[in-house]
Amino acid sequence: MPVLGWLDTYLVSMVDGVAFGLLYFTLAVGLSLVFGMMDVLNLAHGTLYLGGAYVAYLLSDGGWTGLAVGLGAGVALGLAGGALLAALTQPLARRGHLDQALLTLGLSIIGADLFLLAAGGETLPAEAPAGLRGSVELAGHAYPAYRLVFIGIAAALALAVYLVFERSSLGALVRATVADRDMVRVLGVDTRKVLFGVFAAGAVLAVLGGVLGAPILGPGPGVDAHVLVMSLVVVVVGGLGSVRGALLGALLVGQVDTLGRAVAPEYAAFLLFGAMFAVLAVRPRGLVSVVRTAP
Amino acid sequence: MRIGQAGAAAADEGSQGEREQPAQRAPGPAPTGRAVSALLEVSGVTRCFGELRAVDDVTLSVSEGARHALIGPNGAGKSTLFNVVAGALRPTAGRVRLAGRDVTRLPEWRRARLGLARTFQHSSVLLHCTAVENVLVSVQREAGVAARMLPAPRRRRALVDQCLELLDTVGLAGREHLRAAALSHGERRQLELAVALGARPRLLLLDEPAAGMSPAETARLTELVRGLPREVTVLLIEHDLDVVFGLADRVTVLHLGRHLATGTPQQVRADPAVREAYLGASDAAELF
Amino acid sequence: MTATTGTVTRPPAPGRLAVLAIAAAVVVLGVAPWVVDSYVISLASKVLVLGLLAMSVNLLTGVAGLPTLGQAAYFGVGAYAAALTARTVTQAGLVQLAVAVAVSAAVAAVTGIAVVRTRGITFLMLTLAIGELAYSVALEWSSVTGGSDGRAAPHVVPLPGMGELRLDGYIYLWVLAVFLVLFALVSAVVRSPFGLALRGIRDNEARLRAAGYPVTRYLLGAYTFAGGLAGAAGALWISSQQFVSPSEVGFTVSAMALIAVVIGGLGSMSGAVAGTAVVVLTRDYIGGQLDGRGPLLLGIVFVLAVYLLPRGLAGLRTAFARPRAAGARGAGPAAGGDPPTRPPAVAAAAGRRGPSDSDGPGTLP
Repeated sequence: MPVLGWLDTYLVSMVDGVAFGLLYFTLAVGLSLVFGMMDVLNLAHGTLYLGGAYVAYLLSDGGWTGLAVGLGAGVALGLAGGALLAALTQPLARRGHLDQALLTLGLSIIGADLFLLAAGGETLPAEAPAGLRGSVELAGHAYPAYRLVFIGIAAALALAVYLVFERSSLGALVRATVADRDMVRVLGVDTRKVLFGVFAAGAVLAVLGGVLGAPILGPGPGVDAHVLVMSLVVVVVGGLGSVRGALLGALLVGQVDTLGRAVAPEYAAFLLFGAMFAVLAVRPRGLVSVVRTAP
Repeated sequence: MRIGQAGAAAADEGSQGEREQPAQRAPGPAPTGRAVSALLEVSGVTRCFGELRAVDDVTLSVSEGARHALIGPNGAGKSTLFNVVAGALRPTAGRVRLAGRDVTRLPEWRRARLGLARTFQHSSVLLHCTAVENVLVSVQREAGVAARMLPAPRRRRALVDQCLELLDTVGLAGREHLRAAALSHGERRQLELAVALGARPRLLLLDEPAAGMSPAETARLTELVRGLPREVTVLLIEHDLDVVFGLADRVTVLHLGRHLATGTPQQVRADPAVREAYLGASDAAELF
Repeated sequence: MTATTGTVTRPPAPGRLAVLAIAAAVVVLGVAPWVVDSYVISLASKVLVLGLLAMSVNLLTGVAGLPTLGQAAYFGVGAYAAALTARTVTQAGLVQLAVAVAVSAAVAAVTGIAVVRTRGITFLMLTLAIGELAYSVALEWSSVTGGSDGRAAPHVVPLPGMGELRLDGYIYLWVLAVFLVLFALVSAVVRSPFGLALRGIRDNEARLRAAGYPVTRYLLGAYTFAGGLAGAAGALWISSQQFVSPSEVGFTVSAMALIAVVIGGLGSMSGAVAGTAVVVLTRDYIGGQLDGRGPLLLGIVFVLAVYLLPRGLAGLRTAFARPRAAGARGAGPAAGGDPPTRPPAVAAAAGRRGPSDSDGPGTLP
């Protein structure tokens, strides 16, 4: 039974892959929708995650209250950050997309250095709540309990985002704006409000990802760039402007990355490269494509 | 606008005689006095956009040396057919043959190298490049040096001179070193024509060349196209029927994506189906 | 064939002033090691090396209209290739340079196949991903790259038979020599038929395709060339620093190069080098005096550049020199084409060139 043996060996990695995939999803979905709607590539998205992770580190007291307070603070931080970013990029909307990308890039560099100044160069250990610190038995393997809980919460979050986006009238408005912004504007909808809302919601998700993900991927220098790029790869693989694409891409990227690291540690990055190019070669616009890309 | 020297470059390329009216006959290839072969054959071309059949089973043949006009009301599928011929769009069904060669599957740039040049409906110039550079793009391509990564000043000078002559021909003398962005709309159309001619085309596709031009500019354009050597076959879309009937020796009418009629200007003018398409059966006198 | 018609005019030749400016700049750069101290001279080496990287970014972003955040990947490939060559094969700088160029150009050609099909922000996104994945490779493929410890290399010997260059001043002169050759080469390529084709693709891809250009191949050619140029910069990095680590492959390096290009004005090669000087001085020199807060300053420079310098330093220069007088007839019915305002299309990245900087590369600021 070589297949079963293989499965058994790498089960932990595969579950980890799901956890990381969902982590990247919380970032990728905001990135993807903001880009799909306004062509704004928010390169400060990783900074939001980092902010959330630091919030979790500061507020975690080993109990549930700390986590709850952290989540509340995360929502507030996300709203503020999203509003700030939307307000800063709006005046550049007529100037072309490169300027917006450069602006958010500059902000992310400023943010990274401020975090470095405030928190130092070490990756900080963010503790999970006391009750979840142990491990549980998972088909004969010990597995950190918090990661399983994280998978549960993040999956619920993903489902909620999916339902709001695909099923609600609000989601329909967002989808319509992604598909044809000008038409929606002509219909009398203030697309700027929709953009602000999506920007803020995306930012809140990224920060929450940081708060919840801190015990898995703790805050430290370079983490912002890492999660940003992983979620970019997710968006490229999954297809722009689609929640389903982001989810699919996130799960795929999570698997390739963690499984690759477990199977062939030296070549994991090549595997990720390969997966990205393979998908692009077959489907240039990603697995799920909804946005008409300008020629 | 200065008028004159139109066709100055054309004159040294070949005779521009033989402007006799083609025989009055029904559509379809038929023997005439001289040997006429089809340079462009479009057979059964259909192009759909989702549910819409923008071009529906159109068959068309443009003979070598012809001045062939494609007319029809808005939405007739003229530009779509153009794009299929040029290779910017793939047909949903049907074939396109250029000089006897099936080019249906060839990409746009390959067809361009077979001698097909085009202008676009909306001026399509390189706004941040100078007028000379715009023409140089097609001239250097035609000279086969476009992929060179090092400049050859002497060669370039010769090519630039060629560009300057072309610009002079289309009436842009004195504007050569302005960026295209600084040219007026009409001037950009003239520039586009120079770019197309710079490729020394066998088949020249002109998509509404007179749109947005002043009457003087339009007259100049008509003169210029008329003065092109007969080695250059012209297929043009035009709404200005004065231009069409001033230039074309053959006219094809499209209506709602379908081929309606092909013939000499006189035949098409007299065709009741054409009148109906344009004017809904009412009197068409004011149209033509 | 020569032009004889009276109305026909020749394109303006590069001004005598520009030639003089270049000569003066070369002289100043050449005598610098005898004038300034070794810290400044090593900083100058850094500016020249990263200036080459910025030129490769500029070739893609400013000339061909493809905004990239991934050139550090090819810079890193070149640096590691040069370091390994120096350790295992030869100290000869020219050989290291050749190996670095060949390897990085080959890597760029392979990765480019997927990348050059995309445009605009998608291109930016994809190149960013490539840059960051390259960083991961540098970190994890430790049997080759040495992992986070990086790779050290022996001092460079420019040509076989010469002595090792140990003094900062000599290293600088070697870097400067290669820089000048490559600067001249890139300037020539920008002026070549190929360069014009790239600018044409940037301005109007459909037009170029209709004129018989296989656009994707041209862009792949540009991507490969730019990759090789970045690799050459990587080899010079090894010559001047004798060390490479994953942080040289990182995202920050690509970002620095891109912002240097934006500050210098898209499309202008001398601007790219000047922009690099601004960026390196801000981060390393001023930042060094401010308790290592270089990145913070760099971020602020980014934000300021985006808001205040829509056309870069080059734009500033032309704005003062000739205030938009060229071609007074810009009021045609087809709007959106006037050079000073950039069109908001995806390819708008390209629109930064001012109305009168057609002399582009050549003049040093």
